[in-house]
Amino acid sequence: MKLLTLNFLTCAIKTCKTNPASFPLHPRNAELEIQEADINLPFLKNILPRLMWEEIRTIARELGLPDLPSTPPTPTDLSISTSSTAPSNPDTSLDTDEPSEAPAGEETPSQTALDLHRLLLETCIQEGILVCGSCGHEYAVKEGVANFLLPGHLV
Amino acid sequence: MAELDTQGADYEAEHVHSVYEEIASHFSSTRYKPWPIVERFLKEQSDGAIGADVGCGNGKYLAVNKNVFIVGSDRSTNLIKIAKQHEPHSTIVADNLSLPHPPGTFNFAISIAVIHHLSTPARRIEAVKAVLDIVRRPSSPGTKDGGKALIYVWALEQKNSRRGWDEGHEQDVMVPWVLKQKKEKKPKRRQGEMEGKGVVEGSEEKQDGDRTFLRYYHLYKKGELEQDIGEAGGVVLESGYEKDNWWAIATPN
Ligand SMILES: [Zn+2]
Repeated sequence: MKLLTLNFLTCAIKTCKTNPASFPLHPRNAELEIQEADINLPFLKNILPRLMWEEIRTIARELGLPDLPSTPPTPTDLSISTSSTAPSNPDTSLDTDEPSEAPAGEETPSQTALDLHRLLLETCIQEGILVCGSCGHEYAVKEGVANFLLPGHLV
Repeated sequence: MAELDTQGADYEAEHVHSVYEEIASHFSSTRYKPWPIVERFLKEQSDGAIGADVGCGNGKYLAVNKNVFIVGSDRSTNLIKIAKQHEPHSTIVADNLSLPHPPGTFNFAISIAVIHHLSTPARRIEAVKAVLDIVRRPSSPGTKDGGKALIYVWALEQKNSRRGWDEGHEQDVMVPWVLKQKKEKKPKRRQGEMEGKGVVEGSEEKQDGDRTFLRYYHLYKKGELEQDIGEAGGVVLESGYEKDNWWAIATPN
């Protein structure tokens, strides 16, 4: 399960949802695995405003991952502008048959973007538990899938 | 329609959940083509939007749009194992009446061919409410600018389908799923194409090794989905009928 998922998960028990302590869930005994995925810079920029940064920092810290900066990156932090590094080349105007490899507007991901992509979309919890900070209920993660089915008495 | 005491969570565990768990891989191999209205709804979402697919099954709708992030959930672990391959999305095992999402989280949600598996009116309304609860709330009541939820349910009115149900028929039915055990060619007509509530066990052995599983469905009649949405505290933005199903796009009021 990608760490990004934890940004949208809380305890499945109804009475916990009104308690702020139920978010985020706390990973314990987590076995992490990197599952490489193609970086999608526009996607990363677009989900940026949806990230609960403080909570993601907490999760990263609890997993023993490197500390995240105290403030979230801005969309401009995520790309290296190509216009400044690749000045206009007079030859390109002649190669009209050649499709441009980097169309206008294409951006190169910055190190910040690569790091964020690695953390949120490539770092996966394969085994472990997710613990609710409100009621202490533990949800198992097995083979990369978190299970939120509740025992009958908690439904 | 009389409501049996036996209906509810235990009933669904036997007549819905355990069946999907058993037929997961065969079921999945027959479910790959997205319905046009669902596809359109998913493609309309803006890049970077966050969504939920409640009862995602094998995850066929997770393949439609790679520029949004969808958390797919299903009660069947075996279906989720199949659904989990779809990047960049994420899948979890969860019950649609106890979803592990903070209220008001998602820009959009879909629940396709799921709510008709709940066996009492109260549970179906609760399931609609659960979908509406996880999408973003409107800026103020009645503004309709909250998150949108697309819900699909099987229609009672489908006289041209091979099931042939229509207005006036019993709405609570058991629908067979024949799990073929052998590759040998079978007659086109499927076995056990009849519904009969509580008559047959959840599965029965066929002489040649085929197994027939019966799944519980509540067939929605015209206007019923919209009514459930209203009772769940939602507003219908758009609704219609497509290929034996009623659908509606709703938002919290
Ligand atoms: Zn809890």
